Amino acid sequence: MTGGGETHHFRRLVTIWLVLAVALDIVYYFAVGPHIPPGTLTSTASGAQFDFNVLLLIAFPVILAVWVYWAYALIVWRGSRPDVAEPEGGAKARGHIGIQIGWIATTTVIVISVFVFGTVELVVPAGAGGGEGPSPIWTPTSHNVLPVQVIAQQWEFLYRYPTFGGFETRQLMLPADTTIAFHVTSLDVIHSFWAYQLGVKADANPSEDNVAYTTTKQDGSFTVRCSELCGLWHGAMYNFGKVVPKAQFFVWAQSTERQNAANTKNLPPFAYSYVPDANGANGGYYPDNVDPYSKVETYGATSPGK
Amino acid sequence: MGRGRRLAVVGVLFAAAVGLVVFTTMAFLRSSPPTVDFAAGHQAGAPVDLTLQTVGSTGFGSHPTWVSYLTQTPSGRWVHTTLWDLPAHTRINVTVHQYDGGSPLRNQQFGQVIGTIGDDANLNGKSFKVINANEGNGVAHTFAIPTLGISVPLYAANGNANLCGVAPCPTNSPHNIVKFSFMTPGPGQYPWQCFLPCGLGYLYGTGGPMQTIGYMDGFLKVVT
Repeated sequence: MTGGGETHHFRRLVTIWLVLAVALDIVYYFAVGPHIPPGTLTSTASGAQFDFNVLLLIAFPVILAVWVYWAYALIVWRGSRPDVAEPEGGAKARGHIGIQIGWIATTTVIVISVFVFGTVELVVPAGAGGGEGPSPIWTPTSHNVLPVQVIAQQWEFLYRYPTFGGFETRQLMLPADTTIAFHVTSLDVIHSFWAYQLGVKADANPSEDNVAYTTTKQDGSFTVRCSELCGLWHGAMYNFGKVVPKAQFFVWAQSTERQNAANTKNLPPFAYSYVPDANGANGGYYPDNVDPYSKVETYGATSPGK
Repeated sequence: MGRGRRLAVVGVLFAAAVGLVVFTTMAFLRSSPPTVDFAAGHQAGAPVDLTLQTVGSTGFGSHPTWVSYLTQTPSGRWVHTTLWDLPAHTRINVTVHQYDGGSPLRNQQFGQVIGTIGDDANLNGKSFKVINANEGNGVAHTFAIPTLGISVPLYAANGNANLCGVAPCPTNSPHNIVKFSFMTPGPGQYPWQCFLPCGLGYLYGTGGPMQTIGYMDGFLKVVT
C-alpha cells in the first residue's frame, strides 16, 4: 500500500464501509432495536433485548467490512476490466504486516470485549433469567422477592404460591415492579419452563429445584411453553400468564387462595422439590395394596398425620 | 443364469423391497383409531351427549393389559377410540362409566373440578367440586383438556371388588358414573388426556397408554 493508487483504494474502501456501517447501526438502533424480542416486560427480557442489540451493533460493521471489500473487489478489480493489471508475485503477494496486525488486534479486541460483555450481562442481572440450580450464586439485590413454584408434568405447567397458603393453580399471575423467584421442578420427566416474554428459561427436572430470577417492569401478557421434548403432547404444553398491577395481583391471589382452599388442604406441604415415585402413580397402584399416605405418593408428600 | 437375467432378478427384488418399505411406512402413518362423529346432523343449539368408559385393561388388541378410554357412538356401539368430531359452541354432556381401580393422585391439584359448566361434576348422582384422592377408593383417571382449562377427576371403583378386565365393560361390573358438561370453543383441534400417570409398568407411569392416542390421550376435533 505504498503507491498512491493503492492508498486511494484503501481510503475509498474505509470511507464506504464507515458510511454504511454508521448508517446501518443508526437505522437499526432507532428503528428496529426497540422491537427486538423478547421485549421489555421484565428486567431479564429488556436485558436480553439490550444484549441482542449490542451484539448486532457490533456485528453489522464486521459483516459490512467483509461485504464491502467483496463487492469492491468484484467491481473494481475484476479481471475483465482493461485497466486492471495482472496480479504480481514477489514481496507484494506476501501480505502487509500492518493490515495483518490490525486485523488480528481488531478481531481479538472484539471477541474479548463481547466475552466480557456477555459475562457481565449474565452475572449482574442475577443469572439473566436462566435456571441457576437449587443454590443460585447470582441472586437479586431486592429483599422483597415473590417465590412462585413452577410444577411441570406431562403435559401442563401448574403454579404454586407458597406465600399465599401454598395454593396451586393453572394461572400464572405476577405483580408488576416485583422481583420473582421461579422455583422450577417436575413431577415426572424433564421439561423446560420457557416464559418467552419474561426472558426466563429454566429446566424442570424431577426432584430438583431450579431457581430463576426476574423483575417485572410493566403490565402485559406472556406465553409459557415447554422447550424440552417431553412426550406425546409436548407441543400442546403451553399456557399464558399476565403481569398485572400489584393491587390487582393481591386481589387475585387472595381470592384464588379462598376458592382453592378445599383442594389446597389435599396438597402436600410446600416443598422446593418433590420425589415422584418411579413406578407410576404410587408404589402400589391399586388401593387394596397401598397405604394412601405412603411417602412416595402425591409428589413425595408424607401423611399429614405422620 | 445369464447376466441380464441376474440383473432382472436383482431389480425385481429391489423393487419389491422398496415397495414393502413404502407400504409399511404408509400403513404406520395412516394407522389411527377411528373418529366418532358427533357433529354430523347436529342441530344448532342442541346439546351433544358424549358417553365414555374407562377400563383397567382393554383385554383385547395389541395391548390387552393397558388402561383405556372407550367411546360410545351415537348408535350405542362401544368403540376403542379417543377421537371425536364435536360441533362448535355447543354444550357437551359427558357421562363417564368409570370401571377402573384407583390411587392417590400424583398432583392433588387434579382432584379439583375446573372448567366445566358450573365448575362442578356429578358422581353417582351427587354433585362435587373436589375429590381427595388420598381417601376412599382414590382417583382412577382424570378427563382433562388443558388448552380449554377443563379437568375432572374420575373417582375410582373399589379395588377390592371384582373389577372388569375386558372392554367394553358391562354395567353390572363395579363402576362409578361421573357426569359433567362443558362448552366447545370455536373450530380447532384440542388434545385431551388423563393426568393420572396410569401407565402401570412404565417409568413414572408416563409411558405406554399415557403416550398413545386411542388409550389415555385423544383429540377433540371441533368443527363448524
